[in-house]
Amino acid sequence: MSRFWKSGDPFIWLTAGGLAFSLLMVAGLILLILANGLGFFWPKDVVLLVMDDKTAVMGQVMDREEIPQPGAPPETPKKYRIQVKQGNRDIYGQDFTWVDESRIARRERPDDAIVIERREWGNFVGTLREVREDGRPVAGGGDDGWNALEARLPQAARLLAEIRRIEKTEIGAVNHAQEKIRLNLKKLSAQGRGEGPEAARLKAELGALQTGYAEMETALGAAKKKDTTSVVAAAVGGQEKELPLTQVVRAYRPNAMGSGAKAAFYAAKVWEFVADAPRESNTEGGVFPAIFGTVMMVMIMSLVATPLGVLAAFYLREYAQQGPFVSAVRIAVNNLAGVPSIVFGVFGVGFFVYFVGGSLDRLFYPESLPTPTFGTGGILWASLTLALLTLPVVIVATEEGLAAIPGGLREASLALGATKFETTWRIVLPAVMPSILTGLILAMARAAGEVAPLMITGVVKLAPALPLDSFWPFLHMDRKFMHLGFHIYDVGFQSPNVDAARPMVFTTTLLLLGIVLVLNLAAIVLRNRLRKKYALGTL
Amino acid sequence: MPIETRLSPDLHANASTEALESAMVEIRNLSLWYGEKQALKNISMDVPKNRITAYIGPSGCGKTTLLRCLNRMNDLVDGVRTSGTIRIGGTDIQDSALDVTELRKRVGMVFQKSNPFPKSIYENAAYGPRILGASDRRELDQIVERSLRGAALWDEVKDRLNDSALGLSGGQQQRLCIARAIAVEPDVLLMDEPCSALDPIATAKIEELMIGLKRRYTIVIVTHNMQQAARVSDITGFMLMGELVEIGATRDLFTNPKDRRTEDYITGRFG
Repeated sequence: MSRFWKSGDPFIWLTAGGLAFSLLMVAGLILLILANGLGFFWPKDVVLLVMDDKTAVMGQVMDREEIPQPGAPPETPKKYRIQVKQGNRDIYGQDFTWVDESRIARRERPDDAIVIERREWGNFVGTLREVREDGRPVAGGGDDGWNALEARLPQAARLLAEIRRIEKTEIGAVNHAQEKIRLNLKKLSAQGRGEGPEAARLKAELGALQTGYAEMETALGAAKKKDTTSVVAAAVGGQEKELPLTQVVRAYRPNAMGSGAKAAFYAAKVWEFVADAPRESNTEGGVFPAIFGTVMMVMIMSLVATPLGVLAAFYLREYAQQGPFVSAVRIAVNNLAGVPSIVFGVFGVGFFVYFVGGSLDRLFYPESLPTPTFGTGGILWASLTLALLTLPVVIVATEEGLAAIPGGLREASLALGATKFETTWRIVLPAVMPSILTGLILAMARAAGEVAPLMITGVVKLAPALPLDSFWPFLHMDRKFMHLGFHIYDVGFQSPNVDAARPMVFTTTLLLLGIVLVLNLAAIVLRNRLRKKYALGTL
Repeated sequence: MPIETRLSPDLHANASTEALESAMVEIRNLSLWYGEKQALKNISMDVPKNRITAYIGPSGCGKTTLLRCLNRMNDLVDGVRTSGTIRIGGTDIQDSALDVTELRKRVGMVFQKSNPFPKSIYENAAYGPRILGASDRRELDQIVERSLRGAALWDEVKDRLNDSALGLSGGQQQRLCIARAIAVEPDVLLMDEPCSALDPIATAKIEELMIGLKRRYTIVIVTHNMQQAARVSDITGFMLMGELVEIGATRDLFTNPKDRRTEDYITGRFG
């Protein structure tokens, strides 16, 4: 027995077991996310369930579970119920319904069942009745109507894009300009020059803009008048709905689709998810603003945390007199990494938002008060809070890198007549670069996944505009933004339509993992390139 | 530099049989303490110009400390105190007003472990000149070639100047360090056991190189290896426990040591 212990085999098994267990947990988590996240966009068939009481339910089967029968004897046969996404929230009140399997008399797969994704009220599930133009029918139901509908959808999409363009870009620009002039006027009157020539000029400009605004309103009205095509569809109970085509995101007949068509549909849905803004309180559409917000926040965080952390580490390791005080500072920095992130969030709100932001508002934006500009949560404050949070990671990684640089390198440079600064700049900094990037990788991974401090420093469920746009100064550091981590929390736990939102949790998680992976891979590639260049050898 | 006129008579008798050489480095009554521990005890000696001066002695005798006094690398160590004077080319280098980087540009150093920078061969050789402010590519090219030739490395690396210096062999790396040191044309070249990590063939190359280099530079070398001191140096000093026991022409010291302790050491009775 003692020989067995001494041989070291049990220890090898133990270490291997530890590794295997960890890998299993991680693999299980990723598999769960992949399985739930990847299947969500695949178009499911529409089934028509006719009940024993002759009522019918039509929709896509989402889930099946056992009905618990408390107190029943063990030999009782198990009973199941299925969850059906029946859509038509405006008619039935809810998108999802549970159907007891034992009550189903007949299941059908009608080929002409149609699913219409609407901009409001979720999906419509039913059968096509008519396609109308100016209120007059141009095609009936069945394949005829389907072809007519498909042919008219692209034009409706173009019309909608035109309406959106007028609303957002043109009228938005006028609104923006008007708001600016109003603020300037307010500023002037605060300075007591509210009636001067400058104010008169601004008022004239405002009037000109108002005229332009009226013209755009007319154009918008004209565009909206063109929105005359509509589709009539009937739900399974017989209720008919007439939908303007601009309300239709897409329509499909899953039961009639082949694998190729389904794959194309899947690709389109994935693209929509990645590239579009969310709809229907985040349960439909995409997450592009959240991707954008996450990446931008991580970038700003990196830009702040890296230089600051590197400088701090350089002072601690290269210049400070090593002693109990520096050791205490080092321990404090290390422990800072263990402070709960929400504490950083609270600090961010108190210091950045209220104190710094409030002061900035009073100094530079008094004309818009009491509406805060920087004195409220925004991407800048959230990024700075996360920079504080990740600073210890950067400091520790850089310090370790500095400690690993052989003293001989520094001596060689000093012996050639270089000053300490020249040595640091030309020799130490390049050699420590890979360690700095390691710190940055860890910091980015942590920042991208952080949620708690963001919730109180500037992340919102739905941001009206991206922090980057075409209006000067282009980068709006004061804006609130969306974040994938918060988005997961929001769709998972805060959604009014939990059943519809739940699958989004997995797809969004998958996306967040993907983004962290991409950011990290980029940094790792950079680090390896630097390592090759500045390999320290075996000094 | 009319230094010979100031040479003290006893040192004259002691230092060299080749009389009236000009001294490049003059050390007078040098003592050094690491905190409470005295590492160098009242050392006085001259290092003649264009000669190789070697220090031998057992480990911990202070020879490396003495060497590092000459370019004030001991400044980097906390708690070092010195007394006495060191003059190099007539300048008192212990002067606190002296710009230590200026001193180090005139006194180059090669370390025990080869320590090329993790940069290209070219950039290693060009490092010192760049620090001095050279930026003209043609001028740098010339300096790099001259110093690599000076270190007998040019023919081996001329086709891969932009490769990493860390890809060179140990002996090549050490010669690159020599090239790096002579690229700034120092007056004095300090070598701290430059061959201790090298095989005999690489060692022989470096020794040959040193003998060639003394035409232009004054070389001070610390070595563990008595044969090496005997082979390359003109003057040898024997150090023991912080004292300079004996210094003289190499041939004399090895064949006819005046001090009993020197004799014991070179005949292998201790050390």
